[in-house]
Amino acid sequence: MKNLIAITLRETRSYFSTPSAYIVGAMFLVLTGVFFVFDITRPFAEASVRGISNWSGSFIIFLAPLITMKLLSEEQKLGTLELLLTSPVREWEVVVGKYLASLFMLLFIQSATLYYVLLLYIFGQPDTGPILSTYLGLVLHGAAALSIGILGSSLSGNQIVAAVVSIAILVIFSFIDAVASLVEGTAATFLNSLSMDQRLTDFSRGIIDTSHIIYFLSLIVIFLFLTIRSLETRRWR
Amino acid sequence: MIKVDKVTKFYGEFPAITDLSFEVPKGEILGFLGPNGAGKSTTMKILTGFMPPSSGTVEIAGFNILEESLNARKHIGYLPETVPLYLEMNVSEYLSFMGQIRGMNSKKIKQRITEVIETCSLQDYYKTIIGKLSKGYKQRVGIGQAILHEPDVLVLDEPTIGIDPIQVVETRQLIKGLGEAHTLILSSHILPEVSMICDRVIIINEGQIAAVDNPKNLGTNLSGVERVEIEVKGPNQEIIPVLEKVDHVNSIERIPITGSGYHRYQISVDVGSEIRSQLASVILENQWELLKLQSIGMSLEEIFLKITVHEE
Repeated sequence: MKNLIAITLRETRSYFSTPSAYIVGAMFLVLTGVFFVFDITRPFAEASVRGISNWSGSFIIFLAPLITMKLLSEEQKLGTLELLLTSPVREWEVVVGKYLASLFMLLFIQSATLYYVLLLYIFGQPDTGPILSTYLGLVLHGAAALSIGILGSSLSGNQIVAAVVSIAILVIFSFIDAVASLVEGTAATFLNSLSMDQRLTDFSRGIIDTSHIIYFLSLIVIFLFLTIRSLETRRWR
Repeated sequence: MIKVDKVTKFYGEFPAITDLSFEVPKGEILGFLGPNGAGKSTTMKILTGFMPPSSGTVEIAGFNILEESLNARKHIGYLPETVPLYLEMNVSEYLSFMGQIRGMNSKKIKQRITEVIETCSLQDYYKTIIGKLSKGYKQRVGIGQAILHEPDVLVLDEPTIGIDPIQVVETRQLIKGLGEAHTLILSSHILPEVSMICDRVIIINEGQIAAVDNPKNLGTNLSGVERVEIEVKGPNQEIIPVLEKVDHVNSIERIPITGSGYHRYQISVDVGSEIRSQLASVILENQWELLKLQSIGMSLEEIFLKITVHEE
């Protein structure tokens, strides 16, 4: 546990001491800001964060891999992975430690969008319930995307490759419901149930469905587990 | 302290090391010598538990590196070939992180960092970002993290590669000093380095042990040749035939030197035959002037080439 905390702290500090995370974060905020403005300036707009939620589901496909791509790739490239894995540290401590750091980074970036919420409360009378559920959805969705990102990062010493692999997996999980509309019956239900976007939409409507929460948590557990396995098999290659 | 038993490692079909067995007792400095691609780094990675062997066992301080991996790893300090540094951290942050993941408490970390910084002469760079350090200082930081937790076993993979000559000398002295408190394995392809630092040398070639001995003995025992160098003033044509007739002389090689009248020869003789006095008396009988008479071993370079190339 002490190892895990040490790794998380180091990684978090590293995020804040290098410019890349700030740049990625700033881009994310510009994009969500633009869509937030579009959403609340159209005729008969409602005071909600639906505009952010609808789009950040798509932005996260790029944001999460950009945050996580360096986590294990860079370690492989610099050789520091060799150092970590020959220290008395378990693989899961490395993976979970780094994952938590990326989660903190994401929360930090997402929390900046609270500024929009503040504007809503100043200039309108928003419904608090859907705002809270939207943010719960955004955090869960983002956390799941990060776990996919860290798997990608464990697969290659090249950050670009890591990011592209993660983006590919995320695209599948996001748009699989489009495929589901092409088939019928059980297959359609199954494919729909894999889709991230559908569930995110529910959250933004103010629906907190336990199955959605379990879905995202399961994704996190599965992909972290795969990452740990991927790291373990590195030794055997 | 380190026990390697019949370790073999395959990369796909290709055997990187085959049936490697050796032991390193406590307090010894062992040099691991071999040309590029001989299997040095592979051996280091297996020793430190980064890679499992395809077969065979490794024990560090009594712990099996696979079965009791965490315990074994606690006893190892490792400097891989590419120095593993987090470039955005400063020296003391980095060392402190390394201390934490090795389970040291913060008081101990603080105390050890001060000591390590002094041992590695990093006083002036305590708060410098590692990415900005020169190669030699990065290497020192690398060594610093390896000794931070006072491990019983130190594994250094090519610790002096790519740093300038002055820093190489300093680094070697540093390593030699470390040998007093640790059991140390050092890999290198630089021979003088190994002969200067190590108590014992393992020469590895194509994944197998080609020779084991202390650097001095390697010169005589393993090569099967002992040599004597002489300098004589006299007629060259006459000297060689006369000397060739002396018992136990195998061959004579003339070493060209500048300066008139002197000739320098290297005579290879049978191992264990002490014929220097015979040589001296033969030369004096012929009334030549004897200027130098010295027994020389083979240099490690020669042994190295001989062992690694000769065996084919």
